[in-house]
Parts: sequence; structure tokens; C-alpha cells
Amino acid sequence: MYKILSKKKLNNDVDLMIIEAPLVAKNTKPGHFIILRVNEEGERIPLTIVDSDKNSVTIIYQKLGYSTNLLGTLSEGDYIFDFVGPLGKAAHIRDVKSVIGIAGGVGAAPLFPQLKEYKRRGVNVDLVLGGRSKDYLLLIDEYKEFCDNIYCCTDDGSFGFKGFVTEFALDLYRTKRYDQAIAIGPLIMMKNVVLLNEKYDLPTDVSLNPIMIDGTGMCGNCRVTIHGKTFFACVDGPDFPGEGVNFDELMTRQKYYEEEEHICNLELMINENS
Amino acid sequence: MKIPRVKMELLDSFTRQSNFEEVSCGFTLGQSKLEASRCLDCKNPRCVTACPVHINIPLFIKQIITDDINDAYFTLYKDNILPAICGRVCPQEKQCEGACIVGIKGESVAIGALERFLGDHALKNDVRVNDAIIENGMNVAVVGSGPAGLANAASMRRLGYGVTIYEALHEFGGVLKYGIPDFRLPKDIVEEEINRLKDMGINFLKNVVIGKTITIDQLFKDYGYKAIFLGSGAGLPSSLHLPGENYSGVYYANEFLTRVNLMKSRNFPQSPTPVRTGDNVAVVGGGNVAMDAARTAKRLGAKNVFILYRRDMNSLPARLDEVHHAIDEGIDFRLLLNPVEFIGKDYLINRVKCEIMELGEEDSSGRRRPMPTGKFNYYDIDSCVISIGQKPNPILKDSTKDLVTDKWGRIVVEDFQTSIPGVFAGGDVVSGAATVILAMGAGKDASPYMDKYIKSNL
Repeated sequence: MYKILSKKKLNNDVDLMIIEAPLVAKNTKPGHFIILRVNEEGERIPLTIVDSDKNSVTIIYQKLGYSTNLLGTLSEGDYIFDFVGPLGKAAHIRDVKSVIGIAGGVGAAPLFPQLKEYKRRGVNVDLVLGGRSKDYLLLIDEYKEFCDNIYCCTDDGSFGFKGFVTEFALDLYRTKRYDQAIAIGPLIMMKNVVLLNEKYDLPTDVSLNPIMIDGTGMCGNCRVTIHGKTFFACVDGPDFPGEGVNFDELMTRQKYYEEEEHICNLELMINENS
Repeated sequence: MKIPRVKMELLDSFTRQSNFEEVSCGFTLGQSKLEASRCLDCKNPRCVTACPVHINIPLFIKQIITDDINDAYFTLYKDNILPAICGRVCPQEKQCEGACIVGIKGESVAIGALERFLGDHALKNDVRVNDAIIENGMNVAVVGSGPAGLANAASMRRLGYGVTIYEALHEFGGVLKYGIPDFRLPKDIVEEEINRLKDMGINFLKNVVIGKTITIDQLFKDYGYKAIFLGSGAGLPSSLHLPGENYSGVYYANEFLTRVNLMKSRNFPQSPTPVRTGDNVAVVGGGNVAMDAARTAKRLGAKNVFILYRRDMNSLPARLDEVHHAIDEGIDFRLLLNPVEFIGKDYLINRVKCEIMELGEEDSSGRRRPMPTGKFNYYDIDSCVISIGQKPNPILKDSTKDLVTDKWGRIVVEDFQTSIPGVFAGGDVVSGAATVILAMGAGKDASPYMDKYIKSNL
């Protein structure tokens, strides 16, 4: 059992939790993820490690489906049933002078440790942060501590630029050049950022979040096609150069259990109402 | 009068298609004694030689005959710490029973069924072996709680070592939990046999991925283990490398079985991990895992489940019982067919294209080699489960600099010793995917080498 040391609501859909897990924290590097199970029957949920210290790791999750909603019902002082990590390959921190991070929604969480690490190495770091509305721009204060420039975009225009991160980036590239981009967010956003950046010869790292079970390369559920070759996101990734990723295939794989997810959510609603 | 081999009762083949209850019902005491009486008590028991852990089979059979059932269990447990499991999943026809003299002119003694009877008897009646362990104050680590790791842990514990098993998943047992379905190996049996090892004083730690959470180096330096046994198994699915293999609806058997067995998706939505088969399911492969996958799909409600296998019926590598059970349950065997392409729409599978094969000359395995004919069949499917084998999981190799592996990713050993001093390995991670009992044999046989290594480095 793993204790929830603190919990913070970031907006209506997204929470941050600090989990007591010294063994997981021990070898954690930016880009690593954990898998947790809320209870004895729980699904295995993969989440990127946002931050860590000697004793704990920080996770951020969006209450999208049954299991993340269930996780959201836990409070500070409660326990998580299973918590394993660090998993995956550490992010490839490249030898560059300037980086632009592009985050969509909860993608701001996995991007955070990577940009922080780039800054720690003295790289110029700009950030384009996108979200549905002002409340969905995550970790702004934390990013402000080290980013050189932060540009915000909202779908409804409630804060910063009104529109998609790609529209903003297109505009930004007229005046600024970067050595490397990192895009993390919904698959469709990452796909479009990679397409845009390719036009500017700007290499883009992405962090993929396919469905996983064991997270140790055993089941093959998380496979992705990159330049026609198969990779397992859990052990070969989750970070990959975005060029050549078959995002369309991945979107289909990610939606495969949408119907079942719906059934689970109904169960949760029924249980909450009874 | 010659006594015929006692037939084990089976669950009705129609009933069992809709549940995950165990198919084989086991022997009664009476059946066991009758079957035991068929043993010739050979002077040179070939069954013992053919058993990877060299159980004293003639002795436990004699003890069954004389009604010393507990003693028979003690005899068995000395060499096999998982008898209820092995009695169910061993390919006996290729090992003990295959070597049985009675089997030359008739049917061999049902040694597996007797083993299972004793294992079940001990669990049901709480018959326990009191291993008198003399602590030697030294500690070893075992990586993986599958058959190899469990067998090694028990052997090392009996030598007096403090033993800690590290498991990556959230339950112990490895392939016994995530791979083999309940209708062949009920999970409470696995749980109970493992619990006996906990009672022996072995520490079990879950949710620790050695190589990630703790490295091999850290196990030595930070934890002070005197030796480490790697029994991490063959957990990497083999790919067909076909176009369309990553379409949705194409599973590797590992994923399909893990969803159903470990994550209990057959209880969806009470267990929130889903699984989806659709009506028409193709299972590629002819081994035990393929049989497990096909029979699982049927139980999940798939209407038409068929095996696609590139050789003929006689070449199926699966355990004979499992093939028969699959046939009884209505699994269709479509033979001499080799999948060449997955066809789909919008990245969702709906057809599989197979080349029709014919049998050519014998190959190195002694089976006739399947040869392509240039002719093709197409089958409409909703999902496909690829079950053509597993390779060792790469995490240990990738995270441990000096660990030497061969081109198939298998850890290279000599007398169970890897390229790193003090690090030993056995089971599927060394041999490639094999059987439960071979892995247990390796785990057990590695222990004297580990003991010798530790004592010569004091």
C-alpha cells in the first residue's frame, strides 16, 4: 500500500497527488512513468512521474474514465493499492541550445520534468501551453519558475491566445527559431504539431500514451508503429521522435475499448447515486 | 486381469464453454489407489530420470498403495514444491509418463493425475512439510516469482539462506497467474502453493521491477545480497512481422491472457479491465498458449474460434489433453495455413489472409517442414490472437551493462552462472519459452551452484 501524502485539485478534471514511494523515487529520471492500481480489482493505470524527491513521487491525472475517477475519490492520507516504477526509458535530453515545449491539457504534466531538466542544463526553454480554458492551463506557476517565455492558448479565449497551440506556434515560428521541440498532449495535437514542425525542420519529441497493462514489455498492448517498425511504448518509450509515428493507428488503438469504458462509467454513476 | 488406466472425470464440454471452472476434476482416493496399483515398481525407474526435478515417483506411488497419503506427499514435496500445479500443467506424456514401461504395451501409469491428487490432498487437509531450516545468516535475491524463481527460492531457503523474491507485477506466480487460465489451473491453487513458501520464511515483494526500481548493482551494493538468481521468464511476445499486425483487434496471447487471467476481465465490469473478442476469433499457433487463448475466447462468448496452424494435427506442440479438450469445446483446427497479412479498415482488423501450406521434408525438429504453395485463403475475423511463442523480456539485459545474452536475448550461462559473478539464471530467460517444470528444474538445480559460489567467496 502506498500513502497519498498530499492531494491538490488543479481544476475540475485534474488532480495532483504526492505518493509516498521511496523505492520508486530512487531511480526516477525525467520521462519515467509509474503504473498504479487504485484497489484490489483495479485496472493498471500508467501515469508519468511529474516530480520526485527522496521519499515521494508526484503524479497528475485527468479524471477521464472509470479508474481515474475512482482514483479521484481518494484523499490525502488514503492508500493506493499498487504502485510500481519507474518504468520506461528516461527521456532523451538532447544536446541543444534552445527548446520549445508544447503542451496540450494534462500533457503539461509529463512535459514538466523534461523542460525542467533542459533548463537545469542551461538550455533556453520556451513553452506553449494550451487548454480548453483558463482553468485547464496546468502548472503555470511551476513553469514560470524556470521557463524563459510562456505563451498560453485557450480554445475559448479565456486566457492568452484564442485557438490551438499549432496556430500559435505557426505564428511564433515567423520570428523565433528553436533547435528542438517537445510536444505532449492529445494524440491529435501531437500529430498536428509534428506535421507543422516538419515544415520548419524542427525535430519534435513526443510522449505516447497508448493503453498498457503490465508496462514491462510483456503484453504488447502498447505497441506503436514508427516508420513502419513496431515499438513497445512501455519499454522502448514512452518518448519517441514524433516524425514517422503512425498517430492514426494509435488513435484507433486508444479508442478500442471506448464502449467498455462507457459501461464502466455508468456503473460508477449508479454506484455513486445508490 | 490387467487394470486399464483410470480415466479422470471431466466437466461436461458444453457446460464448460460458458465458464472458467476447471475442466479436469481430479482423482478420488479410490481412483488414485487403483491407478497406483498399475505401477510395476521398475528396478530402474525411467520415470524418475525423465522427470526434470527427479521426483521419487515409485516411492510415492507405493505410499499411495499402502495408504500413507501424507508420506506420499512428503516424498513428492521434497523434489517438487508445486505438486498441485505441476500435476495439472506438466506435459507428462513427454516426461514421466512418456518413459513409463507400462506405456510400451498399454497406457502408461497416470503419474500426473496421482501427483495432482497428492498436491490437492495436502492443500485440502492442510498437510504440511516442516522443513527444518538452519539459518546461515546470509541473504540471496530471486528475480521473478514464476516457476523458476519459486523453485530456486525454496531450494536456497532449505539451505539456510534468507530469500527475498522480487516480482514486477502485482501478484505472485508469473506465468502461472497471468498466462495459464483458471480452467486449466485454478488461481486459488497457485495462491495456496505459493503461500506455503511464504510460511517457509521466504519474503515476497511485489511491484518491484529489477533493472528499473532496483538495479542488479544496487541489489548487491545497497542490499548486501550474496548472490542473485534471475528467473524473469520469457515475457516478450514473438511477432509475426506481418502487415496490419498493429491493427486494433490483433492481440498477442500475452495481452489477451493477461487481461483475462491477471486482470480478471472475464468479470467485467466488476473488474474494470475490459477484453473484446467479437464473434469470430483466429488464434495463430499450435502450442499450449494457443490452446489456452482459443478456449478462453470461446468462454468469453466468441461464436467461432479457430486455430490457424502451419503444420498438421500431429505436429501440434501443445499438451495432448489440451488439444482434446479444445476439440471437445468446439475449437476448429484449420491446419496447414500460414497467416501472411492482416486486413482491416481504418486500422481495425476484419480479415486474415493465409497461405495454404503443404508438408515437405523432415526438419531439424523431426517434423515435416511446412512449404508454401502460392495459394491463399481469406477468413473474416473480429479479432486475432497471436500465440507463436515468447522471448526473454529485455529489461534486465537493457539495464545491466555486463549481462551477456545471445542473439535471441536469452541470458548466457555456464552452470547457471551468468557473465556477472554472483548472478545466476535459469528457466525461460535462459532456455527461451519452455515448460513450468523445466523452469522449476533449472531453479532447483541452480541452488547448489549458488551455494558453492557464496561459500567459496566468504
